[in-house]
Amino acid sequence: MIRKELCKILSQKEIAANIYELRVKATLVDDIRAPGQFVHVRVTNGIDPLLRRPISISAYNQQTEQMTLIYRKEGRGTSLMVQLEPGMELDILGPLGNGFPIEEVSVGETALLVGGGIGVPPLYELSKQLVAKGVNVIHILGFQTKSAVFYEKEFSKNGLTFITTADGTYGRKGFVTDVIKEVSFDCLYTCGPTPMLRAIEQGFPDKRVFLSLEERMACGVGACFACVCQSGDAADTSYKKVCSDGPVFRAGEVVL
Amino acid sequence: MNRLNVELPGLRLKNPIMPASGCFGFGREFSQFYDLSKLGAIMIKATTLEPRFGNPTPRVAETAAGMLNAIGLQNPGLEKVIAEELPWLSQFDVPIIANVAGSVEEDYVAVARKISQAANVKALELNISCPNVKTGGIAFGTIPEVAKQLTRKVKEVSAVPVYVKLSPNVSNIVEMAQAVEAGGADGITMINTLVGMRLDIKTGKPILANLTGGLSGPAIKPIAIRMIYEVSQAVSLPIIGMGGVQSAEDVIEFLYAGASAVAVGTANLVDPLVCPAIIDDLPDVLERLGYEHIKECIGRSWQRDGQFANHRA
Ligand SMILES: Cc1cc2nc3c(=O)[nH]c(=O)nc-3n(C[C@H](O)[C@H](O)[C@H](O)COP(=O)(O)OP(=O)(O)OC[C@H]3O[C@@H](n4cnc5c(N)ncnc54)[C@H](O)[C@@H]3O)c2cc1C
Ligand SMILES: Cc1cc2nc3c(=O)[nH]c(=O)nc-3n(C[C@H](O)[C@H](O)[C@H](O)COP(=O)(O)O)c2cc1C
Ligand code: FES
Repeated sequence: MIRKELCKILSQKEIAANIYELRVKATLVDDIRAPGQFVHVRVTNGIDPLLRRPISISAYNQQTEQMTLIYRKEGRGTSLMVQLEPGMELDILGPLGNGFPIEEVSVGETALLVGGGIGVPPLYELSKQLVAKGVNVIHILGFQTKSAVFYEKEFSKNGLTFITTADGTYGRKGFVTDVIKEVSFDCLYTCGPTPMLRAIEQGFPDKRVFLSLEERMACGVGACFACVCQSGDAADTSYKKVCSDGPVFRAGEVVL
Repeated sequence: MNRLNVELPGLRLKNPIMPASGCFGFGREFSQFYDLSKLGAIMIKATTLEPRFGNPTPRVAETAAGMLNAIGLQNPGLEKVIAEELPWLSQFDVPIIANVAGSVEEDYVAVARKISQAANVKALELNISCPNVKTGGIAFGTIPEVAKQLTRKVKEVSAVPVYVKLSPNVSNIVEMAQAVEAGGADGITMINTLVGMRLDIKTGKPILANLTGGLSGPAIKPIAIRMIYEVSQAVSLPIIGMGGVQSAEDVIEFLYAGASAVAVGTANLVDPLVCPAIIDDLPDVLERLGYEHIKECIGRSWQRDGQFANHRA
């Protein structure tokens, strides 16, 4: 079930340059079904900015009804979120969309998790759940520059972790796609900018690949047709909604 | 006592609140949040003869107190709407207003003839005002003679009353309203979105793939109020008003301007529970303002004093 709830802020801290980790307590956590689902955050009670902001759930705990959101301060909406403090309330709609299918990989197999920038957060819960299931995980996380790197330690606890930076100030210089060629895996899960997703999709036509997409949204629940993409099946003229059919799709399911 | 019921051609509304077309899909998503029978009516997404995929993305861009959309009338087409969406909606005790769109007259007529026969469709809303499609649409909504002709053609085939949705993108809205009245319209719905544009500060290029989009939300409310104020005095058709409604107070303001019922669009996209919240708030607001019944608010802005015998304020 999707709920609209005023959630209590538990903590907020800047974990890298302009990257914030926000922890909230919310009963809607009970309804989260898979890592990779997202929430739609109302950043002000006023009318400006008007629309909600989609943010991935990067970790959750159903016993304690807590979840973590990690976001980058970008424009007006996320700048307002930076002002949230413990004890304050935040209007959240969720959980939304369909997450990463962890049942697609079996015990003993290897999953490769590839994240770019602000696409890294949802992979954290995925990584935790895969490890708990008995799957080997390898992470390749790409960032712009050293100061933007976050969660390296957390991911490293779960499995081998490669960091790349576009400017070479930390880890390997270059892009995540440069590292992917060096590892072997059974199943690939990825979230990040569309050019990165496209390169990955084209690179591994024979593997099980799952991609999490970003698109501008309004309602977030599938009613307004703002966030659509074309079906990958040429015979099928229908459309997919990133918010309610996605944001995670199997490679080839939609046109990137 | 129900203080909120309103009767309009074809429509017995238990309250004057309904979601606006395109901001509610066909109701399925919102039925997760509340019982749709609570609504006065539902204006469903524009239906065209053939399925339409709509415009490329990005389709939405935020603006101050509003948003631009260029969805491009995406919808599954007449056949599917009749076979799947309307039957599904029939489980709710709520009249459906079917938003009809097309690019040529024959399309409108074909859709109107068929969809007006569905049992739960109690009225049509002729969308002659979508700013986001290249052909048809906007021409029907900007040239009075063309609008009148289309209204007449649709009236001939429709099994239910026909409301015509006016575009604010005209220099003389009253002239348009009078034209559709002359064409035989049973009512007017207004306003559709205003054509606008936003540019990306980094690239300098339009944010929307369609370049322009329709502005909606609180930013357009004063324009809607002004236009309804003008049109309601110039024609004798009932008006369903819309444009930036967010609260029960906004609803009252639309009624004062001359609307008889009110549709809520963009606000549903921000708060899926906004329609039931407004419906719940209305009796208290009426009480506070000293009205027995919501009908007493209609046209108050331009009616002479003394016409409100019941008003206690
Ligand atoms: C399913 C999904 C999950 C996401 N998860 C995260 C996450 O975990 N962490 C994170 O930092 N960011 C995430 N994003 C991106 C995030 O939604 C945007 O960074 C945010 O909306 C920017 O808002 P703003 O007001 O700061 O920026 P502005 O540029 O001022 O926003 C203006 C408008 O554009 C929209 N917009 C801007 N950038 C994006 C974008 N990249 N994707 C979608 N809409 C955008 C905004 O929602 C708003 O409507 C996610 C996006 C989607 C679609
Ligand atoms: C995302 C979106 C889609 C819309 N689609 C339609 C449509 O299919 N047909 C139509 O007549 N109006 C459509 N509209 C216009 C609304 O019905 C309404 O007239 C307008 O948005 C003003 O009301 P608001 O400010 O409350 O949104 C759409 C508006 C939005 C925001
Ligand atoms: S954001 Fe409205 S349909 Fe996806």
